[in-house]
Amino acid sequence: MNAAEKAKAPPIKVPRDGPRLTGDALKAKLAKTWGNPPGFVGWLSSVDHKDIGRRYIVTALTFLALGGVLALVMRLQLSKPDNDLVGAARFSELFTMHGTTMMFLFAVPVMQGLQIYLTPLMIGTRNTAFPRLNAFSYWTYLAGGCLLWVAFVLNIGPDIGWFAYPPLSGPQYGVGKRTDIWAQMVTFTEVAALAAAVSLTATILKQRAPGMTLARMPLFVWATLVTSLMIIFSMPSVALASGLLLSDRLVGTHFYNPAERGDALLWQHLFWFFGHPEVYIIFLPATGFVSEIVATFSRRTIVHYPIVVLALVGTGILAFGLWVHHMFATGLPRIGYSFYTAASIAVSVPTGLQIFCWIATLWEGRPRLDVPLLYVIGFIITFVIGGLTGVMIAAVPLDLQLHDTYFIVAHFHYVLIGGAVFPLLGAITYWYPKFTGTMMSDRFGKISFWMIFLGFQLAFFPMHIAGINGMPRRVYTYPAGMGLELPNLLSSIGSMIVAAAVLLFVVNMVKSYSFGRKAEANPWGGSSLEWDTACPPERYNFAHIPVVESRTPLWDAGEKMPVAHGLRVEDREVLLTTVMSAEPDVREPSAEPSIWPFVSAVAVSIMFICSIFSPWAVLIGAVPATVALIAWFWPKSPEPDAEPTIS
Amino acid sequence: MSLPPSFSRDVSALPTHALSYRSLTWWGIIGFMVIEGSAFVLTFAAYFFLMSQEQEWAPRPWDPPGLVAGTIFTVVLLLSEIPNTMIKKAAEGYDVAAVRRLLPGMVGIGLLLFVIRGFEFNSLNVLWNDNAYGSIIWALLFLHTTHVVTDWIDTVVLWRLMKTAHGEEPRRIVDTDENSLYWRFVWLTWLPVYVLIYWVPRFFR
Repeated sequence: MNAAEKAKAPPIKVPRDGPRLTGDALKAKLAKTWGNPPGFVGWLSSVDHKDIGRRYIVTALTFLALGGVLALVMRLQLSKPDNDLVGAARFSELFTMHGTTMMFLFAVPVMQGLQIYLTPLMIGTRNTAFPRLNAFSYWTYLAGGCLLWVAFVLNIGPDIGWFAYPPLSGPQYGVGKRTDIWAQMVTFTEVAALAAAVSLTATILKQRAPGMTLARMPLFVWATLVTSLMIIFSMPSVALASGLLLSDRLVGTHFYNPAERGDALLWQHLFWFFGHPEVYIIFLPATGFVSEIVATFSRRTIVHYPIVVLALVGTGILAFGLWVHHMFATGLPRIGYSFYTAASIAVSVPTGLQIFCWIATLWEGRPRLDVPLLYVIGFIITFVIGGLTGVMIAAVPLDLQLHDTYFIVAHFHYVLIGGAVFPLLGAITYWYPKFTGTMMSDRFGKISFWMIFLGFQLAFFPMHIAGINGMPRRVYTYPAGMGLELPNLLSSIGSMIVAAAVLLFVVNMVKSYSFGRKAEANPWGGSSLEWDTACPPERYNFAHIPVVESRTPLWDAGEKMPVAHGLRVEDREVLLTTVMSAEPDVREPSAEPSIWPFVSAVAVSIMFICSIFSPWAVLIGAVPATVALIAWFWPKSPEPDAEPTIS
Repeated sequence: MSLPPSFSRDVSALPTHALSYRSLTWWGIIGFMVIEGSAFVLTFAAYFFLMSQEQEWAPRPWDPPGLVAGTIFTVVLLLSEIPNTMIKKAAEGYDVAAVRRLLPGMVGIGLLLFVIRGFEFNSLNVLWNDNAYGSIIWALLFLHTTHVVTDWIDTVVLWRLMKTAHGEEPRRIVDTDENSLYWRFVWLTWLPVYVLIYWVPRFFR
């Protein structure tokens, strides 16, 4: 049969799910089809979004712990004036590693990990759009993280701050390989984040369950779509910035060298064109968590769903018009100051609208003060404080006064920890039964929440005072008698409490994994489709693809769940639907497990790492990387199957 | 599933492939085009940012790049859209024989473009390490060359695959269609790069 005949041929007779193949018989077949190969190679070959999501989350939490330890060392150093626990050079490494780890290796990846895990479950499909690209993304991220931390352990870690301004990071001042390692780590994490973002975008646009129109998507999925698009538009900027920096350092270009008519400010523009959206790439998924948790624990739909969606989209767009507020101190035209001040204040409007919608939902609902909702309340209080200091420093005169002081450190920890980590901890508690099949301890959960919430305020509120009193950030010590002793001591005590609370949270996670109460499928009474799967979900997620008729399918399903049927069960197949109205459109084969994404990531990693030392590594290293990528794509059977598969 | 199913939609008769925006990989390719397009646009922004540091562009004593190689490259690249469109049309008509016949032509055109590109690098009249102007000119040409190379490798792989039994699989028609789509991105992005490398340094002398 030729291609034209094949294209028109009716579907072949193979086992498909439906009234005649359902229940345990169907599940046994699907489990075999969607399972991983055995052994270690099988583990490396997994393309299951749940495996990849879990790996992302565990790895990112490990980096959180490592970054947290660095923070503790810095707080110990700053707990008293003229302390000599850590010297100036080591302190520079500590704050660089802390910021870099938290931004590039924890915050973005942990959000993407949750998105990779949850999105297919929430939209009613069996895997992401490009499962192998997802796997490649994880291994690349892991390699980038290891590069940075192995370098730090070997005492060649970066020491140029997490935003690596030239000329400090340029060839003249940033001697050695510390900066190159930082810049190449950025390349790794950008490749990983972009790959995951493309996969998530295509998944959301094309694989939603029949009937799940855009207007019926869960708000977390909306947040995922907006953040994935933001990654796609913003991360090329930092990839370009770090690529040009590496080029300046390795082959003698002059992009950032004023002596040869380059400009160090070009770095700041390119970096912050990524760096400011980055903040919202971390924050918007957290608002998605909050929307889901608020709805479930208020036991009602979110008030003004369209406003929340428009706020997400509006924030995503406005985020690209703010980057220059990081550069107020570099000197700008007057119109530039006015524009970026206005834009920076304007972005608080959509966020404020979301907060009012959540408060209204709680007000109108019957809130249940379980641990996830406690984190949401902690988030609202803390984030509002951080948001208000953000509006303050959007004003140029105040920003010029407070620039590079601890006031800024306080502000961004309020918005990042308050705005992202609190909801994250709530989300982990909320979806923990979905990840593991057991519930986290409520008692330990509440203790760690109060310790984190109060410890955080103790750690970071005094930094406002230290900043107003003139304490500069990134300086390893301070003299006595300037009014800085008390705020710093309080901050150090607070940070220890936060660390103990996070440890308690982790102990709770580990203990609950083995000894926690077994969870039923929908322990919190949630409304979205992930709660229609087992805890933890089977490899295939859904035995039959659900059909969605409202925004809250589980609350509206009644006695039975409407489903679509007719997908193959002995080959991996997913259902594609139309972008807007989610009408069933195409039966699409889904990739089988493959070792090649791992091999490709290893080849690409070798190329990236060697290119720190020689530009020729790019040329030579591209050969094995290309071979691995071709092997990934190339069909493994000599003849095509009757219906398409991705082997 | 926690609730028993009620069967409402039979999807077994749906096709197993589709072209254009109905295809999943089309969305993936659009995603990567947006990423790479953003990288191009940001490089253009960097170009004008660095240009604002100079009184004239190209800064003396450097001459603007020689026009011959770049212009020939542009003409050949634009003409390559003729066979590219023929392949795309053949793919949309499921004419595998025509796809198999035409793909080697695109591989050959790619090789010709590499040769011309070599002359282009040789006619820039500035080195990457001379000054920021040279750096950004080389960056633009290098960035675009990576795109020509990746699509050429993609075309070679596709050509070899289409020669196998898998060539008659309709999903490979989708691959062919999308490879042609990406080539359009490659020549479309070249047009502003061509103007920035070869003409702007002449306009602002």
